[in-house]
Amino acid sequence: MLEVRGLHKSFRGLVAVNELSFAVAKGSIGALIGPNGAGKTTVFNLITGALRPDRGQVLLDGKDITGRRPDQACRDGIGRTFQVAKPLNDLTVEENVMIGALRAARGVAEARVEARRVLDLLAFGREATKPAHELTLPDRKRLEVAKALATKPRILLLDEVMAGLRPTETDQMVEVFRRLNQETGLTILLIEHVMRAVMALSGHVTVINYGSLIAEGPPDQVVRDQAVLDCYLGQEAD
Amino acid sequence: MRSLFEGVPARAAWGLVCVIVLLYLAPLVFGGYVLSVLILCCYLAVLGQAWNVMMGFAGQLSLGHALYIGLGAYASGALFFHFGLGPWIGLIPAFIVAGAMGALIGWLGFRFGIRGVYFALLTIAFAEFVRILFDHWGWIGGSSGMFLLVQNRNIDMDAASIANAFWTLRGPNWVFYYVILTGMVACLVTVRLLMRTRVGYYWLAIREDQEAAQAMGINVLRYKLLAVVISAMMTAFGGVFYAFYNNTLYPESIFSIDRSIELLLGVIIGGIGTLFGPILGAFALTWLGEGLSITQEWFDIAGLKLLTYGVAMLAIILFRPAGLWPWLRRLLGMEERRPDA
Amino acid sequence: MLPIEFYFDAAIKGLLTGSVYAMLAVGLSIIFGVMRVVNFAHGEMLVAGMFGAYLVFVTLGLDPILAIPIVALVMFLFGVALQRGLIDRFITAPEHQQFLVLIGVALILTNGLDMIFGPDARNVQVPYAFASFEVGPFFLDNVRVYSAIAALALIALLYLFFNHTLTGKAIRACADNNRGAQVVGLNVSRLYAITFGIGAACAGAAGCLLIMVIDVTPHLGADFTLLAFTIVIIGGLGSMTGALLGGLLIGVSEAMAGILIQPSLKSSFSFGLLILVLLLRPNGLLGKRSS
Repeated sequence: MLEVRGLHKSFRGLVAVNELSFAVAKGSIGALIGPNGAGKTTVFNLITGALRPDRGQVLLDGKDITGRRPDQACRDGIGRTFQVAKPLNDLTVEENVMIGALRAARGVAEARVEARRVLDLLAFGREATKPAHELTLPDRKRLEVAKALATKPRILLLDEVMAGLRPTETDQMVEVFRRLNQETGLTILLIEHVMRAVMALSGHVTVINYGSLIAEGPPDQVVRDQAVLDCYLGQEAD
Repeated sequence: MRSLFEGVPARAAWGLVCVIVLLYLAPLVFGGYVLSVLILCCYLAVLGQAWNVMMGFAGQLSLGHALYIGLGAYASGALFFHFGLGPWIGLIPAFIVAGAMGALIGWLGFRFGIRGVYFALLTIAFAEFVRILFDHWGWIGGSSGMFLLVQNRNIDMDAASIANAFWTLRGPNWVFYYVILTGMVACLVTVRLLMRTRVGYYWLAIREDQEAAQAMGINVLRYKLLAVVISAMMTAFGGVFYAFYNNTLYPESIFSIDRSIELLLGVIIGGIGTLFGPILGAFALTWLGEGLSITQEWFDIAGLKLLTYGVAMLAIILFRPAGLWPWLRRLLGMEERRPDA
Repeated sequence: MLPIEFYFDAAIKGLLTGSVYAMLAVGLSIIFGVMRVVNFAHGEMLVAGMFGAYLVFVTLGLDPILAIPIVALVMFLFGVALQRGLIDRFITAPEHQQFLVLIGVALILTNGLDMIFGPDARNVQVPYAFASFEVGPFFLDNVRVYSAIAALALIALLYLFFNHTLTGKAIRACADNNRGAQVVGLNVSRLYAITFGIGAACAGAAGCLLIMVIDVTPHLGADFTLLAFTIVIIGGLGSMTGALLGGLLIGVSEAMAGILIQPSLKSSFSFGLLILVLLLRPNGLLGKRSS
């Protein structure tokens, strides 16, 4: 479904993503992991067009979408969340989600219905009418997911949406993604430090360090990989 | 109609209708001075609403809106001066010229990624640049100004004469008052309806966070341009009115940065990003200014008016940083209900 | 004079005036660079400085250049008080609120000066007002030369302050990384007050130098705010060398435009330059490139 080929990006000579290639199969949940500063978020930014790669390609369903603007990537079917949540602070939670839903909806009324559906799905109760700036950190993370989901993506890129959540909240979130994946066939690629979420959700893990691929495969296999262990050694485990 | 009043508490809706009806009845009671101040209030409310679309709703700071006033005024004024064409025909080129200029500045600025203060400075630079060009453009009179012929200040009170006065915008002050008051209401209704559509919500998203907006599929450049163009056109309407109301146009005064600042003060004082903020702010500041003018004459101290004006502005921004309207709205219990609450 | 000398003469005059412009712009640049606040009352502070120098001249008979320490000190204290009492509350407020605050300050300054001094133009006639140096074919007015030298000396002094004193370095640390500065225990609020004071003092000092060349009226402020702003953007916000370069560039371009095309078109030159710089190098000629 989503494939990157030989993706490369450097900032002022510092290589952030190095000739990286990997793929996420349709209907699967993939994970992109690596130590802090490994270049994971940069990969997301390259896929969604927030950054332009120096070379390499991003393919969505075989179509080359390299260098498309973020809004075009969204309309192509890529939804994303930001590592540091970007709520529309002065608007209500529902309006936040509704604006996302306007991407696929014909009008405001239809978008509002869709927004409520997504909010129910993510178990937003009374918070839905609050201004977004009043939300707690976990709720902001959920809102981030809701906004992206509302755009009706075919593939959802999640950037550390579990970070800072309590274990029970993580489990709830994991459950939501599992259900979305099973019931609607939504493809997901997640960046995550919370390993229990990665283990529980994804069938295929891609590990990068200093922008380069160092291992990939099923999660239980990857965590035993020597190269992976090495790159996490000396690095405080999250 | 439904979406116009959707979510508005009944008493707020009735209150609004009452205020508007009273404003329409005002010329029956007031003439001369009061009417001319009311005209100024409505005129500034129109300009404020226009600026508010761009800054309050779409989040793009412009400090050069005098440019669009001037372009509107000169486009329609020159047509009248040279070809005898009236204001309503002149409105069309005014819209086109101001809209095109807005699109140009917006496109240049946004495409090159100029944001915030830098974009604001670009708008000032363009306004000043055009001012200097107009100062040296003989066809529209250059720096010595352009004067529109004033005629029939008093008109017969039959239907044909009144219709003619409205069509040509040549007549007594109450004609101008009704035109600018209707313009103010029309701007209010337009913006209100616009803010309930996709465009309005996209503007809010862009104002709050451009990257988030883009990630939700919003073509940021297109919607920002739309905001500038709509704002420029609304401002140009004010400019056309200015031309026919004042009848004298000088580039130095019409494109001046003071004018750009004057029109946005009311919005910030009234409440930026709200529908009634620009109107409340325009009325409050204009009457404050008039009151201070009178006081200044009593005491006969030059500068007293604007000094107090400055102090009043500081006081408002210190104690009501969000503006008067959000505070007043809460006081009156007229906060809009969210559709789902 | 030969035609070519005619241009040279204008360019030299432009450079001399440009140095004073640079002095003014450095103040604006420092304030923005450190506090991220655009001082929309900067031109008004310059005008206050001009009146200050005028006052010192008529009461004490002191040359405006010698009045600089007095005027700059008063303006510094004014700046500190303003930052402490008012602007500090709006440091993190949205841009439009800061804008309104400073517009308010500008209105109060302009009209306060109007109430005190009246709308008439005032000037200072120093004894050497009409003297000039003869350098080859050129005649350089003493006042312009002295004021340019004083401006450059003051800019050099500021440069030393920011690079070789603890306070100066601390202020620069604040500018680079506000959060970081707080973490290492710098009193950011105090440094901001000093910064705003220095910015105001720059405007005041520039006022002392400018009063020798042009007449002052209370309502000159807005034009000079715009001028300073233009210079700073052209040179690069937050860069002192940028402000210097921008000041000289604007000074020369105004002088050249004044003889090449009509004098009344001279500021279209600066605004044209500004538009070009904004579009081609939004961070200014010497500004830091941000990714």
